[in-house]
Amino acid sequence: MSRIGVFICYCGSNIAGTVDVEAVAEMARTLPDVVHVETNKYTCSDPGQEGVRNAIISHEIDRVVVAACSPRMHEPTWRKLLADTPVNPYMLEVANIREQCSWVHKDREVATAKAMDLVKMAVAKVARLQPLHSTEIPVHKKALVIGGGIAGMQTALDIADAGFKVTIVERETSLGGKMVMLDKTFPTMDCSACICTPKMSEVGNHPNITVKSYSEVENVSGYIGNFEVTIREKAKYIDYNLCTGCGACETKCPQKVVNDFEQGMSERTAIYKMFPQAVPAKPVIDAAHCRKLAQGKCGVCAKVCPTGAINYEDEDKLTTETYGAVVFATGYKLIDWKPLYPEYGGGAYPDVITGLQFERLVNASGPTEGHILRPSDNSEPKDVVIIKCVGSRDPNKGKAYCSRACCMYSAKHAHQYLDKVPDGRCYVFYMDVRTPGKGYDEFYMNTLHDGAQYIRGRVSKIYQEGGKLICKGEDTLTSQQVTVEADMVVLETAMVPADGIDELAAKFTVGRDADSWLVEAHAKLRPVETNTAGIYLAGTCQGPKDIPDSVCQAGAAASKVIGLLNKDVLQSNPQISHVNEAICQGDGACVGICPYGAIQIVQKTFRENSRKVTRPVAQVNPGLCQGCGACTVTCRAGAMDLLGYTNESIMREVDALCQW
Amino acid sequence: MRSLNLSAISDADRRACEAIAGEAGVNLKDCYQCGKCTAGCPLADSMDLMPREVIRYLQLGAIDIVLDAKTPWICAQCVVCSSRCPQNVDICSVMRAVRLASKHAGKRPVPEADIFDDEFIANVRAHGVSNEQYLAAFYNLKSGHLMQDMGNATRMLARGLVGPAIHNTKGRANVAAVIDRALEADAERRAKAAETRGGEA
Repeated sequence: MSRIGVFICYCGSNIAGTVDVEAVAEMARTLPDVVHVETNKYTCSDPGQEGVRNAIISHEIDRVVVAACSPRMHEPTWRKLLADTPVNPYMLEVANIREQCSWVHKDREVATAKAMDLVKMAVAKVARLQPLHSTEIPVHKKALVIGGGIAGMQTALDIADAGFKVTIVERETSLGGKMVMLDKTFPTMDCSACICTPKMSEVGNHPNITVKSYSEVENVSGYIGNFEVTIREKAKYIDYNLCTGCGACETKCPQKVVNDFEQGMSERTAIYKMFPQAVPAKPVIDAAHCRKLAQGKCGVCAKVCPTGAINYEDEDKLTTETYGAVVFATGYKLIDWKPLYPEYGGGAYPDVITGLQFERLVNASGPTEGHILRPSDNSEPKDVVIIKCVGSRDPNKGKAYCSRACCMYSAKHAHQYLDKVPDGRCYVFYMDVRTPGKGYDEFYMNTLHDGAQYIRGRVSKIYQEGGKLICKGEDTLTSQQVTVEADMVVLETAMVPADGIDELAAKFTVGRDADSWLVEAHAKLRPVETNTAGIYLAGTCQGPKDIPDSVCQAGAAASKVIGLLNKDVLQSNPQISHVNEAICQGDGACVGICPYGAIQIVQKTFRENSRKVTRPVAQVNPGLCQGCGACTVTCRAGAMDLLGYTNESIMREVDALCQW
Repeated sequence: MRSLNLSAISDADRRACEAIAGEAGVNLKDCYQCGKCTAGCPLADSMDLMPREVIRYLQLGAIDIVLDAKTPWICAQCVVCSSRCPQNVDICSVMRAVRLASKHAGKRPVPEADIFDDEFIANVRAHGVSNEQYLAAFYNLKSGHLMQDMGNATRMLARGLVGPAIHNTKGRANVAAVIDRALEADAERRAKAAETRGGEA
């Protein structure tokens, strides 16, 4: 015989306003196995909890039903309370008579009847529950950060400063990400490189941080506290232990390649550093373009290298290590606008450039040494048009979302242009100006006073005529069709997730939205966690954001990681799937449905009818299983059971609803 | 005209617009086109451009559209727009400055308003104080709206509220001198401004 205690909450007038709580209590007293029923104005308050504790002792209660708010709200509160009593914390059922009853109904009679049903069901279920116990999972005190842009670097530094080892995997040959390509940062106009390169150097020199540049994640297995990650370090063809970064090889390399870092506006050599302040400050050989590697001829770099660091035989290296936590900081790229916007020339006009190209043009270490010169003829543009929302807020051609940073950096571009070309004219075509940030609207207003002419409306077409780019738009503020004869057009294009995010996220079973941004566990309350325990998000991999927001999120992700790595062991959630091996068919339907890769099929030997039989059965990894229950509904044999939500206990709930 | 080539707007046009705003002590870049001026304007119903649009065309440098607009001439100078502007733009004074610039450019988008202005000044200049019965009479004759307000006039005559007697103030010569000085000063100032700007209105 179980001894069930039922505690029904008024929640002030939240529940009692619509539900006759005393009537529900009266009904509950008639239910089987119920030995004690109590109502309380606020059960979750200190005196309310004290009442529950006392009742458990005095009535020798061994199972508890709380009829109150959603379990999302206070289930952890009750579990914690029960942990200090003789009742197992999992011998608890919460009947949600607030969010799913009193709040959504107006009719008192109907709401009271529904509350009674909910309590009946909870009593029926709790009678069938079994005590559950957490197990301990060890934690490897080491974090992996994927991506070495500003978000990844900040996360790594924060974790490393707390005393934990961190590995940064960076796909490019240097840390820095997008930020190091930028010229200035709004709204303070700090030199981007001046605040980014010191971080790069700090990361590169930090005793707790290992930088794996030119590397990618190859394979992942394991779970929170124990992610086994294989990293592929691409062949650099240079021995970094010997290379001093003197740069002799770069000056002699005869092969010229389009420079991606300069957004295609200049050339680099086949053996190259991404940019002079790169970290690590050593070159790699671009195998696809190197004459020696592609054609077997040349070898100049090996001849000039004073330390003999060049190794044409180098190969990709695979290393596997175990990490306790993983942070995604994979960042963004700009949308490829060319195929989407033939009306803007689709790339046919060299003087229609992107915002990132403008950043390089205006940068003192860029291809024009900071002089704003249009790419076609290196002349100084006197009429510049800036078009915002190219690819953003355009569900037909691009993305439905706002890219968040463009309003501010387009104001910055207008300001920088008017600063460098005082006799120039700058027109900014916009739909809205969104400046929610400290000092942001003031920055925009200053740009207006610099003389930037903001025109409210999208540009419909750009065509070339007599060396000019004719831009047709509307000034919706006057309902006039307007024309600007521009020398250069800057497209402020949408942010989209970095290449390869789908494959990488799938390896870690991290969720993505329709646009492939990584999904946080809760939009408001768990913004840096993912639905996979132990994996966190920092920066623009989660959605478009500017540098301050990325750095904020990086710090937040780091603090979550530090909290995790500080623990020696983790308490596992015991409400996980359980296999009834006697009836498991081993057909693997559960393996396919599990979003966490927690189930595998193993061969096991059983004694059946006094014979030994070896057959396949499902096996649940308790560290990976998140208790979602997908396998339990997929299993045709009914062999899968979610502990705490067993098939039997659910059926008892249904019985209670239909029969009692 | 529903289409504007912004590149065809000359620097002189822009300067002319800025000069008009300057007369009113306004920096056109302050206006962010929220429309609160239009929202509160009691005469918007009768205007061709909304007050916000007048400022917008000034921002764009579209001087001709501004000088041809009726709105500044319909504006009653009630100052509701200026008093409510979140950016402290004195729209009301801009309207007055546009009206003056328009008049000096030889334009009269609302001839009645111009006639009334001139008659009012002439009336006050002659008598030291406004003699409304004669102001109304001259306005009606010159504007061609002969019967305007005649129904009221007959009733007011019957009750002795108005009559043919002319009121002259003792110091009317001084009032005339003030008006003359103001007109002279304005002409002088405009001449000087035209010189420094290189000749435009």
